[in-house]
Amino acid sequence: MPENSHESVASHTVPHGPEADRPTFWTRTRRRIGEPVVEACIRLSGLAVVAFVFLIFLFLLKDSLSLFREYPLGQFLFGTQWLPISDPPQFGVVPLLLGSLYVTAWAILICVPLGVGSAMFISEVAPKHLKNVLKSLIEILASIPSVVLGFLGIIWLAPVLRNTFGLSTGMCGLTGSLLLAFMALPTIISISEDALTGVPRTYREAAYGLGATRWQTLWRIVLPSASSGILAAVMLGIGRVVGETMVVLMVTGNAPVMPRSILQPLRTLTATIAGEMGETVGGSEHYFALFAVGLVLFAITFAINFVADLFLRRARK
Amino acid sequence: MVNETVIKTVNLDCFFGTQHVLKNINLEVLPHEILGIIGPANSGKTTFLRALNRLNYLHRTYSQTGEIFLDGREIHQLTDNLLRKKIGIIFALPQVLPVSIFDNVAYGPKVHGITNRQAVSQLVEEALKRAYLWEEVKDRLPEPAVRLSGGQQQRLCIARTLAVEPEVILYDEHCSGLDPISTAKVEDAMQQLKAHYAQILVTNNTKQASRVSDRCAFFLMGELVEIGPTHDLFTNPRDKRTDDYITGRFG
Repeated sequence: MPENSHESVASHTVPHGPEADRPTFWTRTRRRIGEPVVEACIRLSGLAVVAFVFLIFLFLLKDSLSLFREYPLGQFLFGTQWLPISDPPQFGVVPLLLGSLYVTAWAILICVPLGVGSAMFISEVAPKHLKNVLKSLIEILASIPSVVLGFLGIIWLAPVLRNTFGLSTGMCGLTGSLLLAFMALPTIISISEDALTGVPRTYREAAYGLGATRWQTLWRIVLPSASSGILAAVMLGIGRVVGETMVVLMVTGNAPVMPRSILQPLRTLTATIAGEMGETVGGSEHYFALFAVGLVLFAITFAINFVADLFLRRARK
Repeated sequence: MVNETVIKTVNLDCFFGTQHVLKNINLEVLPHEILGIIGPANSGKTTFLRALNRLNYLHRTYSQTGEIFLDGREIHQLTDNLLRKKIGIIFALPQVLPVSIFDNVAYGPKVHGITNRQAVSQLVEEALKRAYLWEEVKDRLPEPAVRLSGGQQQRLCIARTLAVEPEVILYDEHCSGLDPISTAKVEDAMQQLKAHYAQILVTNNTKQASRVSDRCAFFLMGELVEIGPTHDLFTNPRDKRTDDYITGRFG
């Protein structure tokens, strides 16, 4: 094409060869074949996602239901003992559920105030250059692999907690909570920050114009307007914490007992699956029990994401 | 000098970054008058208004030199909050807050530390009456303010400003989004407010300036070209550029 340009005058007079026809040919081909193909590809990828989710759910459901042919559902849901290799085996999910709940609740207690506070600082207070530095630091924080955090937890955080609280072992629920809080922070900060930044400038100006201080404006106007977005951020943070596996497997002590305190070793749903899957025989009762645990986990994260989505949708309105 | 002018600017220069937006503005605002400010877009009218209550400082690159006096006191002696309480502003688009009608008006007094519920509701009622809105909204105070019509919202914003008991009210093209009937109602409210306040009206609508204001100033490219009684400025402008603008030859 480019070498044609200096002869453009001549090309009008020269009869149309195959080269001159090529653009129109391609355009026509693209219209006739290309567009439907692209459209089909896009449609296929969209449907594939739906199919994957559905198949994963079916697969989980099928294998978990296999458990309940041999093991009563009530005993699984309300049993307080998880003893998969004793005889007869006990598959009570309650200790694991409570383990997840304890670790998650403490992680959220730690990271929500910290996360929302940082988001407020970044969007409202920090000068521009600091803001940019902080935002990139938070992205780096999000990219730390969880196994590296777990490693730090074992060699540094666990001894510190053991000495601080005078525990027999530092591998306990709180160690996991602290690390999980750290992992959920980037999600909470960046989404809350978006929500705060998204509050119309006019609201702020109206408040400032009435003589409100920066704090009054932030507290009474900006924060309430951004509340749905912040709630969504918190829910997504919770989802992240509940589903996290590697860190809790490494630092919470892995004791599948009924937790009475956050300072004792415990085990979460995720850590149970990851830790025991390698030791089970495919198709055994234990194997199916782990799938049932997976189904419980799936239900929890699904519910959390669903609620987060509700809040996000309301925030956009 | 102290009590003859409400606002007086001396050699006011405003900058956004390196851009020189207002050049050497010397201007006085008298008690009980409506001062109209006209001029084409980008002539610095809004910047002038927002310099008076230091809203310009919300932009990081803003700087200014010169002095602004409110009742004879340089405004930098006042805190931002007190200054903005004394000099209220109405924006081009009604900026109602996403709360009820009552809470919109009550917000200002609450911010300034009035917590007594009865005192607040009395202030709200009085402000709404002065803004000529009370009759229309007295039965629907708990409703979300966004349900009001544009003209009602703008009068609500005026009421909200009045509720903090300012000394001066600034209007930044506050009728640009309103229909003629709503505009007339807002202008009526402004005439009534003359008894208590000095008002500055920035407008792109020269007809409105001639209708409403007592004195009028013409800004062009950041300069104050001419200021005088509205009637004189419109019938017998001293500067050729003013004449060109008001007769519609440019802008």
